[in-house]
Amino acid sequence: MSLLELRGITRTVRLPDDSRLDILRGVDLSVGAGEHISIVGRSGTGKSTLLNILGLLDAPTDGEYLLDGTPIGRLGNRRRARRRGDDFGFVFQQFNLLPGRTALENVIAPLLYARGRTFWRRHSIAASMLERMGLGDRLESKPEQLSGGEQQRVAIARALVRTPRVILADEPTGALDVDTGAEIMSMLDEIASDTGAVLIAITHDLAVAARATRHFRLGEGVLTPITIAPRTSGTLAELGDPLTATDVVDPEAVPALAEVEAGPA
Amino acid sequence: MTGFVGALVEAWGELRIHRLRVLLSLIGVAVAVAAMTGVTALGDITRQAQAELSEAQSGRPATFRVDAWSETATLDATATTAAFREFVDRYQIEQASLVTYSTMPVRMPMATWDVTVQAVDPPYGTMHRIAPIHGSWFTEADADRFSPALVVNEAFLRELGVADLSGHPTVLIGAGEPVLATVTGVVADLWPGAYPEAYILSSAYERWIPPNPEYFTVPALEVWVPPEDAEVAEEYLNRDLTAALGAGAQVQIYRQDAFGIEEFDRVFQLVVTGIGVLVLMLGALSLVNISLVTVRQRIREIGIRRSFGASSGRIFFSIMMESLVATVLAGVVGVGIAVVAVRNAPIESLIGWGAIQDVPPFPVSAAVTGLVAATAIGALAGLLPALVAVRVKPIDAIRY
Ligand SMILES: Nc1ncnc2c1ncn2[C@@H]1O[C@H](COP(=O)(O)OP(=O)(O)OP(=O)(O)O)[C@@H](O)[C@H]1O
Ligand SMILES: [Mg+2]
Repeated sequence: MSLLELRGITRTVRLPDDSRLDILRGVDLSVGAGEHISIVGRSGTGKSTLLNILGLLDAPTDGEYLLDGTPIGRLGNRRRARRRGDDFGFVFQQFNLLPGRTALENVIAPLLYARGRTFWRRHSIAASMLERMGLGDRLESKPEQLSGGEQQRVAIARALVRTPRVILADEPTGALDVDTGAEIMSMLDEIASDTGAVLIAITHDLAVAARATRHFRLGEGVLTPITIAPRTSGTLAELGDPLTATDVVDPEAVPALAEVEAGPA
Repeated sequence: MTGFVGALVEAWGELRIHRLRVLLSLIGVAVAVAAMTGVTALGDITRQAQAELSEAQSGRPATFRVDAWSETATLDATATTAAFREFVDRYQIEQASLVTYSTMPVRMPMATWDVTVQAVDPPYGTMHRIAPIHGSWFTEADADRFSPALVVNEAFLRELGVADLSGHPTVLIGAGEPVLATVTGVVADLWPGAYPEAYILSSAYERWIPPNPEYFTVPALEVWVPPEDAEVAEEYLNRDLTAALGAGAQVQIYRQDAFGIEEFDRVFQLVVTGIGVLVLMLGALSLVNISLVTVRQRIREIGIRRSFGASSGRIFFSIMMESLVATVLAGVVGVGIAVVAVRNAPIESLIGWGAIQDVPPFPVSAAVTGLVAATAIGALAGLLPALVAVRVKPIDAIRY
């Protein structure tokens, strides 16, 4: 049984001028334990929306979402919130650290929603997590005093401190330079593998996307599997990327994409 | 359990981050609580002190004093005493006392003084809240002594030249053939520079002290009855004693406890409490304002907390807690200020007369009132921002 399963998920929003915007038009996805998934797609195609639905921050307009075989739609708000805290860890592009609070306080914050031993031992757990991220000497630093890479490492420590089963990363390297981004991604990959967590990462960076075990592209509101050859650099745009240039969905119809998919399957 | 502690920890963290803003708005709350609590406490204390002072001098509610005299002849003291005693026995009044004022020579070591001596019965001590600082007040057993017992004031003791009662001091009292009396109790002077005074038991007075022909006195009767029985008591006293003392005797009854004279400071207290409530409201408004602003700034932060698994109930509780923790702290500070201020307030000059031996302690009810007011304000001020925060959808909060 897969850990996460989406069946025909749609998400429609009503815009201020009263027109409808279909962001997702029927997404199917099945993720098993320990998989690393990457999702690419041009800006505004609904990648964040999809990730938020996966992380129970948003609810689909239609379709079914099974978490551990349990239909999430039937859970009440409270239980949904609890599962969100227990099972998911979020890493955001803009880090989203709590301003004014130290690195340690930021990593402690999710543990305030834990129960039992984890709650009472939150200080030592958070400190050792930061140490693992190489920030043992920056525990008392506030986000304002940290570099982008360091902030993202704090954010990763915070996302992982409750050992979630699913890590959801929304463009985790988007605000970092290439080298730092690569470093951050290997950390994320490594820790996810260590704990056996599912990693679902959204990215614009093909090198980042290539690290995953399975790759998808989101366009026109649907998710399509693609193949990306392992590489050390490259963005969609650099490829003369039709993904960013148009709304083309069908990979066969796009010659440039064929090159992308020419790597080992 | 962990949920509650977690919310508290969170609230405390938030307060630390926003401490300057929170502090500013809380100054108002603390000041208002201090004003309200202080005024309530002062009012309570002065009223209490006043009541005690006036009770010590005039008796507790409802105390009646009965005076008998005759316009045509001198009234027989023995017959009057008998009539009073008979009345007290008939109605089984427990708190009643004959009161006879007299002046008698007292042989002090340095000189002989004419001392005012009140002859009373044992209940007089309770009726006038007499609390001796040395020794004790009269009991029924003192009637069986072989010499009269005296309860004297400090001035009397000073004049006797002794510091306390450890040596069982005695003194000769009375004109003609003086008797040796033993001092068994000492009460505080009513005011600095008081003259020597003494109490003696009525029974001892009648038995030992020879009547002074120059200073003839008839006893008065004091009775202390429950206030609700006051009217009946007054009627019976009048009817029975007029009958018992016979034609020609006049019986005058008046209520001597100070009832109805405490109203003036009530108005003052009401006005200041009103102002306190107003200040508290203003403090609360600024608190609401500040928390609303910070909640708006914190929508993103709320979204992040949502991603940690915060339910809307938890968000509501956290924001509410922030406000509550803050105002309860402000309330404690306010009550503290009030306690210190009241400690150092010139209570005696507020009462305006007399000296009180010990200032009553800070009234707990006033402190509780202050804390309750602070908590209520916190809840009120927290409600609106908490509702706003809960209405934010997690997804909007994250996207914000
Ligand atoms: N609540 C909403 N109300 C109105 N429009 C919305 C809402 N949520 C998302 N959208 C729109 O839906 C589209 C998809 O948004 P989303 O943030 O999921 O895109 P994305 O793929 O993550 O883009 P990017 O790569 O720039 O982050 C956008 O056009 C966005 O404006
Ligand atoms: Mg996005």
